[in-house]
Amino acid sequence: MRQVAFTLFLIFAIGGSALAEDLVKLELTIRDHRFEPAEIRLPAGRLSVLTIHNADATPEEFESTALKIEKVLPGASTVTVRLRPLGPGRFPFIGEYHSDTAHGAVIAVDGGHP
Amino acid sequence: MIAALIIVFREVIEAGLIVGIVLAATKDVPYRGVWVACGIASGVAGAASVAAFAGAIANAFTGSGQEVLNAAILGFAVLMLAWHNVWMAGHGRAMASEVKAAGEAVAAGSRTLSALAIVVGVAVLREGSEVVLFLYGVAVSGGEGMARMAIGGTLGVLLGGGVAALIYTGLLRIPARRLFSVTGWLITLLAAGMAAQSVAFLQQAGIVNQLVETAWDTSSVLTDGSLAGKVLHTLVGYTDRPSVLQLVVYLCTIGIILSLMRVVHRVRPKPLLPTGSVAET
Repeated sequence: MRQVAFTLFLIFAIGGSALAEDLVKLELTIRDHRFEPAEIRLPAGRLSVLTIHNADATPEEFESTALKIEKVLPGASTVTVRLRPLGPGRFPFIGEYHSDTAHGAVIAVDGGHP
Repeated sequence: MIAALIIVFREVIEAGLIVGIVLAATKDVPYRGVWVACGIASGVAGAASVAAFAGAIANAFTGSGQEVLNAAILGFAVLMLAWHNVWMAGHGRAMASEVKAAGEAVAAGSRTLSALAIVVGVAVLREGSEVVLFLYGVAVSGGEGMARMAIGGTLGVLLGGGVAALIYTGLLRIPARRLFSVTGWLITLLAAGMAAQSVAFLQQAGIVNQLVETAWDTSSVLTDGSLAGKVLHTLVGYTDRPSVLQLVVYLCTIGIILSLMRVVHRVRPKPLLPTGSVAET
């Protein structure tokens, strides 16, 4: 039963790798429990990949209920996450382990490059 | 202290709801406490080791190890929950009705207890590893006194446990004959929500890139981040902006579990097993 779903996943995964070329690439650094830059812009409606560098020695959890992302970053590490295509708007994110200082947002803008 | 309280509370609620439902679903099954306690204990031990190897896990599978691990854990839990429900559809009526004296049916109920103990274990593992990492981070940065941290964490555990206990006692108020059908539904929805969450992790990792479009947006009504949203997320898999694939997988999981339950229910009209035999499913 679940095997059927899993097989579907595999078929989808293989079919989907062709999409990889039109990815928008974004970068973000965490330093002293703050995001640099605090705001990132990207074109709306495009699949994107966000690379996050944690320059702090402490772990952090990159979390955004708006973006549907939950990702733990060990101290001094770099991770990447995939963002789904976004409609125009502001999508806030936080560093959950230091939510008093670590705030930021992804801003999706209509049409072409921002 | 407040930060520790909030984070621990949030994670404990998620795991606690699952433990509460499992306890209600296995009411009257002997040794269920031992099984559930084993599940919790191994979950805590697992959480500590996941946290210890967080760096290695995060870098595995070209940086998507964490998502792959989470998706696999959730997928496994879905299988265990589905198995429990399907098994109960075949044998559960004996346990729900008066034939409790026929001890073999009750004893046979412990067969799926191992599956449910695993579900409890992985729930605690997933939520616990986040708590451990957070507490570790605070301890390393030395931002807050350990004592205040411990107080916050303990309060979080107590509050989260309290909410789970409320759910459990609430479920027990349901008359015994209906309890298993209610917990059966809860477990089906729990499994569907976990399957959808597992899809979200695979999409976040970029392993699955299909049907990533947002199916609907109810974030103006109820956000995932709110307490009610969080509880509904754990119970029925609510999410304010699901992807299309999440929705498809959610509905398919419910459909598959329900149809398997119907098939098994029809095939085994007599739920009681011969005395002394080991249940064969």
